[in-house]
Amino acid sequence: MPQLGVDFIGAIERSGLVGRGGAGFPVGTKWRAVAQRSGGRAVIVVNGAEGEPRSQKDRLLMTTRPHLVLDGAFIAARVLRARRVILYIGERHEKARHAMLRALHERTEPERGLVTLAAAPGRYVAGAETAAIHFLNEGIATPTTAPPLPFEQGVDRAPTLVQNVETLAHIALIARGGRPTSTLITLAGGVARPGVLEVELGTSIGDAVRQGGGVTEQPKAVLVGGYFGSWMEPAEAWKLPLDHRARLGCGVIGLLPASACPVCETAGIMRYLAAESSAQCGPCFFGLRALADACTRIADNRSDGRDLSRLNRWVDEVPGRGACRHPDGAVMFLSSALRVFASDFANHGSHDLRRAA
Amino acid sequence: MRLVVDPIKCDGRGLCAGLLPELIRLDDWGYPIVNPEPLPAHLLPHARRAVEDCPVLAIALRRSQVKK
Repeated sequence: MPQLGVDFIGAIERSGLVGRGGAGFPVGTKWRAVAQRSGGRAVIVVNGAEGEPRSQKDRLLMTTRPHLVLDGAFIAARVLRARRVILYIGERHEKARHAMLRALHERTEPERGLVTLAAAPGRYVAGAETAAIHFLNEGIATPTTAPPLPFEQGVDRAPTLVQNVETLAHIALIARGGRPTSTLITLAGGVARPGVLEVELGTSIGDAVRQGGGVTEQPKAVLVGGYFGSWMEPAEAWKLPLDHRARLGCGVIGLLPASACPVCETAGIMRYLAAESSAQCGPCFFGLRALADACTRIADNRSDGRDLSRLNRWVDEVPGRGACRHPDGAVMFLSSALRVFASDFANHGSHDLRRAA
Repeated sequence: MRLVVDPIKCDGRGLCAGLLPELIRLDDWGYPIVNPEPLPAHLLPHARRAVEDCPVLAIALRRSQVKK
């Protein structure tokens, strides 16, 4: 383990590291908040839930570089004077769990003594910070209404740091004198070699796709940031630099082939996101279901002709009215679809006829 | 002061929108959409009533945050 300078949190802040789980929150700020309150009681939650269906980067990192993730976790434990470290790993990510446990057995006794393991339910929201804490306290992986915030009262009411595994790996590299200049992304859809890539921050999406072997077919659109991200026109997306200003989210870049129907694709993802609502808040539970149903009616050519105007009204009404950001993310995704695929949504009736011809 | 809804507690009874239609309307599923602006003073009594009468205690008055 590397030696840490007296002001390691300052080093994190100077590195500009932001969380790699999707929200992009400045890591130094989060650590300072926990450090101020810890009093030797803090809890570190190593977040390897990775609930985003298209993302694979966190499980690959845990499987292939488990010691780097553990280094980051134990550095957090030392700097924040934590009493516990909890490995919160997606229940379906078996290889990742085995690799992390094998690595843990190679660590020192005092380190191992801090650690417990928890299996994160395989649901989209289970990786959200407050959902992780809710699960670890009460066995229910749904988000809660803040406050208290995790850094005030999290697991066992102690100040808690919930940190994504890729972020912790960067912490370990900063402790070795490095700087966070790269990021992990997952390429999905119409690309020659789908899967995880490590790219320099600032690499354009076009260059990243070339590193992934190029496109298999001319793309119709690019989904930047996974199911909580946004559709973009290929020409616009190609130039976009992969950094955390670009709403990279969890780092999924999905290419929609020109032969696929964007309305049907969007409807399918909306049905998934509606089903992943934790059903705690009306505007999310009923609203996302209504949005998904309207998309599906348009996709199935059985709309009454008013669904598009309903969708446009609902995307303004639903955001900001849930306890967590699940409805906001789903609506942001849908809004981008309505913008990029405006003519496909307006003229979808002709799509099956065209294909049948 | 402004009105805030706890979205987990709220189950869409809709009383608040009946008591304070100036600031609260219901969405297509019966859940309140609250005007985020600070409350005008003359509506404060109606807002208090909406808070007190909510059967699930899901709506509250909060001091408006002063932006520095």
